[in-house]
Amino acid sequence: MTAIGKVSLRDTVLQRGRSKERSRLLVFNHTVLLLLTAFAVIPLLVLSFNSVKTNLEIGQNPLGPPVNIVTENFPNAWERGNFRITMGNSIMYVVATIAAELVLGGLAAYALARKKPPGSDALMLYFLVASTIPLWTYVVPLFTQINVLKRAGVDARILLVIVYVAGNAPLSIFLLRSYMIDLPTELEDAARVDGANEFQVLTRIVIPLTKPGFLTVGLVVGLGVWNEFFLALLFIHDPNQFPVTTSFYKFVDRFDRDWALTSAGAIIIIFPVMVLFLALQRQFIEGLAEGGIKT
Amino acid sequence: MAVLTQKKPTTVFEKFNDETWRRKFLRNVLIPWIFIAPLLLIHIFVVAIPAVQGVYMSLTDWKGVGQDAQFIGLENYRELFFEDETFGKALGNNIAWMAFFLTVPFILALFCATMLAQVKRGGMIYRSILFIPYVLASVVTATIWKNLLNPQRGIGAAIDNLLGLEDVFGVAYLGRTESALMSIAFIDNWHFWGILMVLFLAAMQAIPPVLYDAAKIDGANRWQEFRHVTLPGIRPTLLFMYMMVAIWSFLAFDYIFLTTQGGPGGASEVLATQLYKNAFLRYQAGYGAAQGVVISIFAGFIILIFVTLRRRGWDI
Repeated sequence: MTAIGKVSLRDTVLQRGRSKERSRLLVFNHTVLLLLTAFAVIPLLVLSFNSVKTNLEIGQNPLGPPVNIVTENFPNAWERGNFRITMGNSIMYVVATIAAELVLGGLAAYALARKKPPGSDALMLYFLVASTIPLWTYVVPLFTQINVLKRAGVDARILLVIVYVAGNAPLSIFLLRSYMIDLPTELEDAARVDGANEFQVLTRIVIPLTKPGFLTVGLVVGLGVWNEFFLALLFIHDPNQFPVTTSFYKFVDRFDRDWALTSAGAIIIIFPVMVLFLALQRQFIEGLAEGGIKT
Repeated sequence: MAVLTQKKPTTVFEKFNDETWRRKFLRNVLIPWIFIAPLLLIHIFVVAIPAVQGVYMSLTDWKGVGQDAQFIGLENYRELFFEDETFGKALGNNIAWMAFFLTVPFILALFCATMLAQVKRGGMIYRSILFIPYVLASVVTATIWKNLLNPQRGIGAAIDNLLGLEDVFGVAYLGRTESALMSIAFIDNWHFWGILMVLFLAAMQAIPPVLYDAAKIDGANRWQEFRHVTLPGIRPTLLFMYMMVAIWSFLAFDYIFLTTQGGPGGASEVLATQLYKNAFLRYQAGYGAAQGVVISIFAGFIILIFVTLRRRGWDI
């Protein structure tokens, strides 16, 4: 037998063994993955089940699927949880933060990616170092500053949005800048030759071509603000200005024993996020992996 | 070009009068900085200035707005390290938290990503479903698990029922000193590990398939394949996330605050929950600020360790 024959024989044997092994292994893989999927999903299933049960049924059957489906928990939770107001507030916080972040982050990232004015490197270093400063280091002085401003009559909601914008500034600058650097400069030069000014170059050429970057930053920032709890707890004291998170926290505190009601409230909070997540799975997952890694 | 160099202005005054220079300055310096300024100023006012103030505040006995602040040097730090017994306990809890988060989610995520990387069909569906807990708000996740860990109506009670036992699994996991902290870590991890898995999966998919073929030809088994191809391939991601998770372990707050608030009897108290209580409930602003500085020193220390290891030639 020649060496070549030997190799090919070994290969075929290997392959036959492997394909058998492969399929057995994939059964193992799917079993593991299904178990982990159950781990991720079952708590949410129980939550959905409980949101359509009466408290009486939850008492007898706290985990299983509902025997009688009732829907009144949702309007009840909506009413007593003040969701009509807080949903609007949360949407406002999210939209305002995303808008400010994309406009200001886009401008700054463009200047840093394309113009590189003197001091750019120092600025990048500043944002790199600043992004490692934990909130806990500056939260106490920030709190007193915010209180001074609030007493001076500045709207607490605007201050909260400003804090959110600042917190996400390093992320938006780094991410948008990297998208813009990857863009070939020829298009911008062509626009300039055609008489476009800097602002037009940015709005007509750069932004349309770096849309995925803006979408990523928008999703990461938006999800972060929607879910944010601690800063809102600290800075917003008027219940009519609460976002859904702090409002839900107080709601759960008040209706501690009423699982049907609080479960329905929880579903109301996660519903918009789930819809958006299912519609934009890839952008969400890859965007968060790219820039939103927070605990 | 020759004309330009000839006319090159020398003094500031001349420069400013020079049309070309002015236009260049406008285009290359002034306008870019006007673009950068708003976000930079917001960041300086929200992060940088308060951070510096925090360091100063930590050297005072300030008790909040309207009170006089006395400069007391390192007194807050002395009290923190040598007198405050709860501080040592909280720090210990942070370290236990770190031990949990540097093992459990990493093993889970590595294992799952390895399984997922080999699956051809349906991989993306698994990835999406496993990622769902990560997009949920902490208030919701905490509420879900507070119910599931309830001693009478939770999973434990259901297991007891199934096995005909009483109060064996159906215990107050969050209400007992010995289990509170790790139960909260478990809840936080349920929410968190998905992102780790997605990051590892992305890193694994970037490993050239030829490396796996080569390993197969060399007769490597699955473990050897994982040990000698996968692990080195995702090493940069792995080590970076190790550093980040180690840092985050000193910042943990949300889930502890939302479930036990540090209780029972300080069993789940960590540095951040203590800081919150000192600064915002007891109005010990100076003392709380000192704790904030200590937290950032710990975080900085972790970064330092990683930077040093990298300098030493560990390819991080």
